[in-house]
Amino acid sequence: MNKFITATEAASKIKDGMTIMVGGFLGIGSPPKILAALAESGVKDLTLICNDTSFPDKTVGQLVVNKQFKKVIVSHIGTNPETGRQMNAGETEVDLVPQGTLAERIRCGGFGLGGVLTPTGIGTEVENEKERIKVNGQIYLLETPLKADIALICGTKVDKRGNIYYHGTARNFNPLMAMAAETVIVEAEEIVEVGELDPNCVATPFNFIDYIVGGAE
Amino acid sequence: MALDKNQIKEVIAKRVAKELKDGDLVNLGIGLPTLVANYIPEDIEVYFQSENGLIGLGPVPEKGMEDWHITNAGGQPVSLLKGGCYFDSATSFGIIRGGHVDATVLGALEVDGKGNLANWKVPGKMVPGMGGAMDLTVGAKKVIVSMQHTQKGAQKILKECTLPLTAKQQVDLIITEMAVMEVTPQGLVLREIGPDTTIENVVAATGAKLIIPEEVKSFGL
Repeated sequence: MNKFITATEAASKIKDGMTIMVGGFLGIGSPPKILAALAESGVKDLTLICNDTSFPDKTVGQLVVNKQFKKVIVSHIGTNPETGRQMNAGETEVDLVPQGTLAERIRCGGFGLGGVLTPTGIGTEVENEKERIKVNGQIYLLETPLKADIALICGTKVDKRGNIYYHGTARNFNPLMAMAAETVIVEAEEIVEVGELDPNCVATPFNFIDYIVGGAE
Repeated sequence: MALDKNQIKEVIAKRVAKELKDGDLVNLGIGLPTLVANYIPEDIEVYFQSENGLIGLGPVPEKGMEDWHITNAGGQPVSLLKGGCYFDSATSFGIIRGGHVDATVLGALEVDGKGNLANWKVPGKMVPGMGGAMDLTVGAKKVIVSMQHTQKGAQKILKECTLPLTAKQQVDLIITEMAVMEVTPQGLVLREIGPDTTIENVVAATGAKLIIPEEVKSFGL
């Protein structure tokens, strides 16, 4: 099965109003070509699920500047002043989620779980309107799963079947998001032949991957 | 003689470093806490975790030698020490939330005598978000707040935090250039005072009521 598409084709799969997940941590491990094509496409009213809103001139940060999101679900917006401005002006809804809770909610989405019980956020605003559940004498918050229409992730080396190896800290949210979306598109920094990756180093198995962007087009 | 800005940071970072023990796994927040890594005594080994997915945080590489796939939680290039490792965000926060981090060192906008911490939001003004701070404060075995004692003369160590909380009753120790204070069930206990100051000065610069034991040590530069 041929999974190869161009960055523009990848961007064209994203329609107004969709929910997208984007891997990466301050842009490290985000798919730059697909995001550039998405910025170009002008698609709007998207909901973003990502660790952060990056920097104004980078990765998902450009899409914030372009006002392509109606809502962002992230743990941090401090490096992109435009997100804060849009939030204060009431232009974009910002749902701030503790980073570990965000990771677990995405994991729940991909792992077929109905939610996760976490002590994180007890006694803070994060607790507002959430169900509290007592287990063995300790109070936890019920945090619900997150899923997306499309996940955009980035792999350092991707084989032609879609197995992914991530280098260093570029892994972050990518393997979790690869399991939590209807359609998953990986941008490959390098494409390798099937069999070239050490199977022990594959962090995302190929079955999760619908499309591959990158390499020779 | 008053300390200058760099000396203040150095005093705080050096004193925080003394709280860390051989074999500890430690997560340092962005800003002043990062400096703590420069003052770890040579006879102990301390491992630093970065919540974006590594243990074994090493020095910043020389210009031109950066690998943009090896970064810290501020998105800046770092290096990985021999024996270090990488993992995804769920594992990273399993390490943090699961109680596997021995100590975390964080900055604060406000902290209070009950061990409450506020450092993620000034409503209507600055809202950077909590990032990993809420997970770190809940999960780390020891939560150390390190910061300047006051902000341009305004008190930051209060009877009760006024800003939205990052953590409720999770702070164990507050270390500033003026004092080391321990959060106890009885209240905030003054353990040590810093260079060029007095107990009276510390009390005057602190909004929370300080319990002053018979012995208060001092720490220096």
